[in-house]
Amino acid sequence: MSEHKQQPDTSHQPDAGRRDFLAKAAGLTSAAVAAGVVLHTAAVAAPRTTPVTDIKRWGMLVDTAKCADGCSACVEACEHENGLDLQEAPEGINPLKWDNQRSTWIRKVKLRDNLTGRITNLPLMCQHCEQPPCVDVCPTGASFKRADGIVMVDRHTCIGCRYCMMACPYKARSFIHERVAHKLTRAPRGKGCVESCNLCVHRLDNGEDTTACAEACREAGHAAIIFGDLNAPNGPLRDALREVNSRQIREDLELNTGVRYAGI
Amino acid sequence: MRRIVYREWRIESSRYWSMLAILAGVIAIGGLAALYMEHHGHWVTGMTNSVVWGTPHIFAVFLIISASGALNVASIGTVFDKSFYKPLGRLSGLLAAALLVGGLLVLVLDLGRPDRLAVAMTTYNFSSIFAWNIFLYTGFVAIVIAYLWTMADRKGNPYKKPVGTFAFLWRLALTTGTGSIFGFLVGREAYDTAVLAPMFVVMSFAYGLAIYILVLMYSFEQDDRPIGPLMLKRLKDLLGLFVAGVLYFTLIYHLTRLYGAQTQNIEHFLLLTGGIYTLAFWLCWIIVGSLLPLGIIYHPEHSKNPKAIALASALVIFGGLAAMYVIIIGSQAYPQEMFPGKTVIEFGTPGDIGGAVAPYWPSLPELLLGIGGVAVALLITTVGIRVLQFLPESLADRAVDPHVAAAEARGR
Repeated sequence: MSEHKQQPDTSHQPDAGRRDFLAKAAGLTSAAVAAGVVLHTAAVAAPRTTPVTDIKRWGMLVDTAKCADGCSACVEACEHENGLDLQEAPEGINPLKWDNQRSTWIRKVKLRDNLTGRITNLPLMCQHCEQPPCVDVCPTGASFKRADGIVMVDRHTCIGCRYCMMACPYKARSFIHERVAHKLTRAPRGKGCVESCNLCVHRLDNGEDTTACAEACREAGHAAIIFGDLNAPNGPLRDALREVNSRQIREDLELNTGVRYAGI
Repeated sequence: MRRIVYREWRIESSRYWSMLAILAGVIAIGGLAALYMEHHGHWVTGMTNSVVWGTPHIFAVFLIISASGALNVASIGTVFDKSFYKPLGRLSGLLAAALLVGGLLVLVLDLGRPDRLAVAMTTYNFSSIFAWNIFLYTGFVAIVIAYLWTMADRKGNPYKKPVGTFAFLWRLALTTGTGSIFGFLVGREAYDTAVLAPMFVVMSFAYGLAIYILVLMYSFEQDDRPIGPLMLKRLKDLLGLFVAGVLYFTLIYHLTRLYGAQTQNIEHFLLLTGGIYTLAFWLCWIIVGSLLPLGIIYHPEHSKNPKAIALASALVIFGGLAAMYVIIIGSQAYPQEMFPGKTVIEFGTPGDIGGAVAPYWPSLPELLLGIGGVAVALLITTVGIRVLQFLPESLADRAVDPHVAAAEARGR
């Protein structure tokens, strides 16, 4: 046992100035990160914590009279919003084949009336049927309809059988044929699964009230797509539906689609 | 009638092992093709977002319905008490199970996520006819194995009739289910008709029997076992009846579609302007795959020639594959009609398909996977008949027909 207390060896003390610097740097970093977290949280709003109900039924009206020839603002906005523009063509693939294999959520369709020759333009996407044939046929239940009317795919239980694509009367679904290198957190996708328009569900679940396509169409000055709640009697969608005569594509199938079209 | 003696397939060892090696090689190539498609993704196949079910589905559906049809011979013997067919029952059951396993393997390996097979086996949506089919397929294999036991084991013999009847009803349900996979699709012009279900049942009778006849003739010929002309006549007459049945249902199917105004366009496409699909329909399915074999089967001279009967069976199989090609691929290639009275000028990106017929050409990996499934069925059958007593020693007329045996005895 030692008889006298051992003195600390000051010759090996770390430089006090450096310690101060580190402490200040840590403080500043924490403050910056904390502010970032607070700001980020404010920006994306709180994620949905309550169950989805059938109080609302999301849908849209497309007024084809306002849908401009040559405009593809809705398609581009959808691709950007859902990361479809991050898809990369596999090396060596024929460009035409790639066009037929890449995921497409909205198609800009141009029609000519066989009798009159009248040209009509319209965006075609998942019609969010009340009785969706894709949901009926999916063997694992990966294809499902939410209480608020949005039809989507659970990519954890999708086995890639493509039966939903066979069943869809609107050719609205895409199969991910290739390996996926880049994707967005809000729109995950993986090789071998099926996907389709989900009415920008991440926006709606975060409290927003419109889709990327409707927003882009309005910003482009056309406002051909009116998005809203089909169940709200005095909402903008029902008001618009009251004003114009609209119909469903493949009305004969009686699927009660969430997407309606005027002028076709 | 003499007691039927069953014996293992006693071809030379070297030939047997060579056959197994060849089949295993084909299976390995099919497996590698599946691995290649799974590793890279389906972009290496000819499939697109328009033609989503390609060549593997042609083989898978063909093998699955043939499996059901291959069991017919056993059913005729057990359920309808035709003693003439009883010696054929064991091979019929084995071939049915083998073809189904081959078909299911192709189906599973063509999934976008074959690694999620466990999800498909544990998570069911009972409004999906596809989910029902999973039960129909797995149940079929289990029932056929039980049926084989009743045929082969003395203890199981008393249950042969009830189990055989149950298997018969199950196989009808299975093919009805497979036909309904297409028949319940309301969104596509070529499908959406209940007639597809009975049509698939009759197709299964024909294709399953054609495969059965070829396997029976080959295995007997290799082992120097006799098949009497009476047996061959019965089998080929039955095949002729089934092929005629397929033709009848094909006629009804197309008449139904032609009569409905909204489906006339798809009929115009399939029957007249569909290019490869029209060619596959008329030349491969109707002429080479149906009328030509019927001509052979009912020809006064050729119908007695075993080689001609084998040729007729092979042509029926060829016609069956062509029928699947037209039904599965042709119907998808035709653009979905969403806007009656209007012509689609543009449909998305320039290369995208909407108003135009979707291109599809089978890729090599798809073809190899399909052939791999056929090889699996043949391998199971080959091993089965080699190690167990599936094949009767003789199918000579006196062995299977008591009248012939009695006549021979009188003559002696």
